[in-house]
Amino acid sequence: MAHSGINILFEGRNFTRLLGGLWISAKIAVIAIILGILLGIIFGALRTLHNPVLRFVLRIYLEFFRIVPTVVLLFLFYYILPKNFNMNLGAETVAILVFTLWVAAEMSDIVRGGLISVPPHQVEAGEAIGLNRLQLYYYVLLPQSIKLMIPATINLTSRVIKTTSLLLLISVMDVINIGQQIIEANSQHYQNGAFWVYGFIFILYFILCYPLSLWARHIERKELAENA
Amino acid sequence: MSWSVVQQSIPIFGQAFWLTLKLSFYGIIGASILGLLASFIRYFEMPVLQRIAGMYIELSRNTPLLIQLFFIYYAFPEIGIKLSAQTSGIIGLIFLGGSYMAAAFTGGLNGVDKIQVESGKAIGLTNWQLARYVVLPQGLSLSVPAIAANVIFLIKETSIFTVIAIPELTNTALDQIGMYYHTDESLLLLVIGYAIILIPLSILLTWLERRARYGAFGN
Repeated sequence: MAHSGINILFEGRNFTRLLGGLWISAKIAVIAIILGILLGIIFGALRTLHNPVLRFVLRIYLEFFRIVPTVVLLFLFYYILPKNFNMNLGAETVAILVFTLWVAAEMSDIVRGGLISVPPHQVEAGEAIGLNRLQLYYYVLLPQSIKLMIPATINLTSRVIKTTSLLLLISVMDVINIGQQIIEANSQHYQNGAFWVYGFIFILYFILCYPLSLWARHIERKELAENA
Repeated sequence: MSWSVVQQSIPIFGQAFWLTLKLSFYGIIGASILGLLASFIRYFEMPVLQRIAGMYIELSRNTPLLIQLFFIYYAFPEIGIKLSAQTSGIIGLIFLGGSYMAAAFTGGLNGVDKIQVESGKAIGLTNWQLARYVVLPQGLSLSVPAIAANVIFLIKETSIFTVIAIPELTNTALDQIGMYYHTDESLLLLVIGYAIILIPLSILLTWLERRARYGAFGN
């Protein structure tokens, strides 16, 4: 074929540029997931304490990040921080901040759910042998509940990767933004550029997320088989 | 923050609010039908169709709505299918939501005790009767919590419709910010708009979850 549409992907530096965009998305996702999980574990543990004020505040925090769509969260931080708090952060930093806080909120619920599923006699037994609060969490509660948290955490990771597609909206140079530029720049020679470029990005996301969902399902099945 | 600007902006946000509700409604209804169909195909292990349903579910669950919408809205016309922005949005939401609804229904159907199905067969029910009188009533009530979570998820996903310029809540807010620099006022109305839909809905759905527990009886 003299002129096949798929060539738009290999014209000039298009292919490396697309992968470069994917790298930006991946970087933001990885940083946000690591920071968010760490923060989420702390929040989750705090939510199991019997401090009503702390629990209320963290609950409101969780519900806020759950109710407000992620697109809106991005815009809230993107517009309000510079205007009302005089903080001029780059779009990528805003994205990392929003994603971290969002992951931390979701993670806190996963961690809390795992922790309260440990039977109370385990806690009592730990107290009986003189463990303090921190030791109780570290030696008794976390090791027993971590297995329950893993599938949900993998699914959350996959959600974060899919949500990086929204970075385009606050003009981060992510894979979709670069894809749009490529389609526009080549529109004279490639009439069906959108088909190939968006199709390619569609497949890229699938390649990233599909193994994660298989992994989560595999662990869930193993858990079920062990408990049966 | 200027309250007169907030007041002036209420009508246009009101329109956006109804559009968000309307698109969510069609999307959720469509997604539920598609999801129920896919979960039935998998539950009764229909040959060939089962494969197709499985592939659809994986594709839909493991790709972002934004790129699905771009594909429907920008790439489909290149292969001869022209759709309006709103139709593209609804189709995108159905494509995405169908797999999540399928997972919810499948969870419910698999939750029905095997002994129920066996007893049904023992008294001579046909496959259709088995589905209609035994599996569905119990399975559906078991899937209510997951369906409720999906409904909220799908309504939130409509915020992504802004990328194909559908004037729903998010798009309207961005427009107001872009045209008049009414940043704080628009963001406030935007958050309030979603809160009005989602907070009562999440309370209602929690109540419904408690009511629809009869499927859990006997377990």
